[in-house]
Amino acid sequence: MSLPCNLTQPQENEYLNCIRCGLCLAVCPTYRVYKTETSSPRGRVALARKNLEGELELTPNLAEQMYACLDCLACNDICPVGIRPADLALEMRHVQEQIRPSGWKDTLFGELIAKPGRMKTATLPLRIYQSSGLRRLVYTLHLRRLLPARLRDLEGMLPHLPRRPLRRVLPEVTKAHSKSRYRVGFFLGCAQSLLFADESAATVRVLARNGCTVITPRDTVCCGMPAAGYGRMDLAKAHARFNIALFEKTETDVIVTDCATCGSKLKEYGQMLADEPEWVERAAAFSAKVRDISEFLMSIPLEKPAGRIEARVTYHDPCHLRRAQKVWQQPRALMQFIDGVDFVELPESDWCCGSAGSQLITHYETSLAVLERKMDNLKSTGAEMVASGCPGCQMQLTTGIKRRQMDVKVVHPIVLLDQAYAAEENSQ
Amino acid sequence: MNPTLIAELVKIVGKDAVLITPEDLAVYSYDGTFEEHCPDGVVLPTSTEQVSQVVKLAAREQIPVVTRGMASGLAAASVPFSGGIVLCLTRMDRLLELDQENAVVHVEVGIITADLQAEVEKKGLFYPPDPSSIRHSTIGGNIACNAGGPRCLKYGVTGDYVLGLTVVLADGQIIHTGGKVIKDVVGYDLTALFTGSEGTLGVITEALLRLTAKPKFARTALVEFNSIEDASQTVNAILKAGIVPATLELMDHTAISCIEEAMHLGLPLDVEAILLVETDGQEETGVTREIETAAEICTRHSARKVTVAKDETERQGLWKARRSVAPALARLAPNKLGEDITVPRSAIPEAVRRLKQVSAKHGLPIVIFGHAGDGNLHPNILFDKRDPQQWAKVEQMVAEEFAIALDLGGTLSGEHGVGTLKRPYLERALGPVSVEIQKRIKRSLDPQNILNPGKVLPD
Ligand SMILES: Cc1cc2nc3c(=O)[nH]c(=O)nc-3n(C[C@H](O)[C@H](O)[C@H](O)COP(=O)(O)OP(=O)(O)OC[C@H]3O[C@@H](n4cnc5c(N)ncnc54)[C@H](O)[C@@H]3O)c2cc1C
Ligand code: SF4
Ligand code: SF4
Repeated sequence: MSLPCNLTQPQENEYLNCIRCGLCLAVCPTYRVYKTETSSPRGRVALARKNLEGELELTPNLAEQMYACLDCLACNDICPVGIRPADLALEMRHVQEQIRPSGWKDTLFGELIAKPGRMKTATLPLRIYQSSGLRRLVYTLHLRRLLPARLRDLEGMLPHLPRRPLRRVLPEVTKAHSKSRYRVGFFLGCAQSLLFADESAATVRVLARNGCTVITPRDTVCCGMPAAGYGRMDLAKAHARFNIALFEKTETDVIVTDCATCGSKLKEYGQMLADEPEWVERAAAFSAKVRDISEFLMSIPLEKPAGRIEARVTYHDPCHLRRAQKVWQQPRALMQFIDGVDFVELPESDWCCGSAGSQLITHYETSLAVLERKMDNLKSTGAEMVASGCPGCQMQLTTGIKRRQMDVKVVHPIVLLDQAYAAEENSQ
Repeated sequence: MNPTLIAELVKIVGKDAVLITPEDLAVYSYDGTFEEHCPDGVVLPTSTEQVSQVVKLAAREQIPVVTRGMASGLAAASVPFSGGIVLCLTRMDRLLELDQENAVVHVEVGIITADLQAEVEKKGLFYPPDPSSIRHSTIGGNIACNAGGPRCLKYGVTGDYVLGLTVVLADGQIIHTGGKVIKDVVGYDLTALFTGSEGTLGVITEALLRLTAKPKFARTALVEFNSIEDASQTVNAILKAGIVPATLELMDHTAISCIEEAMHLGLPLDVEAILLVETDGQEETGVTREIETAAEICTRHSARKVTVAKDETERQGLWKARRSVAPALARLAPNKLGEDITVPRSAIPEAVRRLKQVSAKHGLPIVIFGHAGDGNLHPNILFDKRDPQQWAKVEQMVAEEFAIALDLGGTLSGEHGVGTLKRPYLERALGPVSVEIQKRIKRSLDPQNILNPGKVLPD
């Protein structure tokens, strides 16, 4: 029953010292929904261990427990022993892929998502659906009522898609407005380019305004998170190598991203390629340069916007920003930097929203149940806007708000700053 | 488990509340110890009525029923060694009524203790028992083990707050004990009987708990000592002076360095022992005066340094550290066995001295921390269970630890309970008469021996 020995698999020290204290159950969103040991971090560690030690087979059900994990990292953070159940769950997905590869993942992550040009093709039907006015038609005729609730939620989650992906519009070099003080590489993520182009356009404007010459390589491939999430660590590594080589050519001081998920993955490249002699140093050098947009902006002298944003704003911490990157003060500071912003803390702001990339599609009920808690908290703040620097979180929050018919706008913190600058220009 | 039985269970609790896959059984095989044994099925009821029907079914089929909360137990009490049904109450977690007038709360016992505490605190009320596992244990588990915590010194243990219980008996009958009254001398105290019964006498499904007013102020001091003897003499001096701190916690050198390694709080690494002293109350001046007096006494008893936490953040930091001692030890070795022997307070220095001897004799580290105010010590042996030689030593060491406790006029367990791990030592601790009486109580309540069989009492 034991696994073939030439696999990449978790090391014994990753699970051996789990003392089964159960502390991680307290913070696990999936445990708190189902209240079963099977859906808990301690349970996932036990299942991984029992499989790796040959006591349990890697059945579809066992693998499913690994896929049901939201990768929110809350368990990693709280475990007093230093066990990382979230990492184990991802590694077990990889083990399963090595034993029983599913071919479609090659196509999806190796071809479609990895290559920006192809991804465009993949979202083409979506874009036609929107820009052809079909979306309006569907709305006006209340056709969405006819769709099952699930589809309606998915449809409602989509932002207005840009006509063309930002990657094709954004110049490869954007000059600094005034004297150029920093040479900044911009890692334009897939979701940002295809779904939230306005936000990334704002990111580049704000950077340029603050003395940055922004280099946006057009050929970047996916950061690797989706591939890793679906057990294709091998593809994620290939993406990493490609992106590293690409950015080496740009000779930038820092590499900025406005996607929490991309940021967390890019910062991991060093660790991911640690056992590849040819890459280890280059990967570490790359990762050391990566900054979330808020992290970078709050580390340089930032121009104070003269414009105001009059709104009650709250903030949801993306798991991949707060826990993976320990960036949580900066986005708050960035928004409070803007006059007029009435900032309120969201209770349990760092509790996962349930998005986890594609969980709303793959684990609809769990994802929604986790979202409910977020929505209760959001409601208690009375905020008109909720900011969050992650496309996945933004889509998930939008779904929650639509389902509850709340009047709250979802924004990226950077958009607020961009608008504050713009408000100033308008008034001049 | 046979398919007809599964079908019957599904009929009672619904399909998603009966778990039978090998994966489910595997993860319901353990608790907070290293022991494990798979059940035949797991049932997650959502009401007392469902529990009653499940137990009736089990009684009819003579299948063991092992009640389980969050399995944070440290005595292998919820490990289903005889198979059967694990009855997991985590989905019975509603707060049914918060009676502010009488300061009583009525809950389903699957509620997480910290959640209950947070809910009542919203209304200015206070549920004092604070086991370190407060965020990962249930009220039901706390009652079934009569859990204690650092605050017990001043506020008492879980049982001191239980006014009444709803219990499902071994034949499925439902009984209510006690009520919202503080005084009650009608009949035997069945509430007390079920409290601490570790799932062997009945399944507790609901509880009425007494609440108090939340203390408005608390001050915490961290006191450093060059010897454990000095530290424990100080404990006695503080209590003799008429001060009842909310907590008086002791940590030895290894425990301190372990936390420091895990949490980087800036704890001193060159001291032999630390005392954590907290005073609390409704009035700021009183609370401050008490902590100052305690600090003076410490200094007089050769404390090396006394630091009073400046603010709430610092205070929370200290408590977070204390709560994470036990788990942080696991960084040092794959396994740890933590006992919770209790001795008369004055015997603490002697107990510590003898425990160190045991450690030296067998060559395995013992880390000591505990609730010095109640003489409740947690000696933790660190080892690697995969090494049969070490395991043999550990078993020997545990027996010696218990002998020390009993020799010094103490007992086997102050809070974790007997479960499976301490069962072999029960007769020596209690004597044959007491054990025989307890066996009769068990027999009269559970004649078929289906409720958590093989736990607590010897065969
Ligand atoms: C890190 C850590 C720190 C701890 N600190 C403390 C501490 O400070 N003080 C302390 O006292 N303990 C402590 N413990 C031990 C443990 O948390 C307590 O015993 C707790 O009360 C167990 O609750 P549970 O819900 O996890 O119960 P479980 O472990 O699931 O069950 C424990 C026992 O109670 C029985 N039981 C559970 N629910 C019911 C019910 N509804 N009806 C009848 N029987 C039931 C079970 O059958 C079993 O015998 C600690 C444990 C850990 C891992
Ligand atoms: S993973 Fe860590 S927190 Fe969770 S049970 Fe194991 S040791 Fe405890
Ligand atoms: S990463 Fe999040 S969802 Fe996954 S096991 Fe840990 S706490 Fe649970």
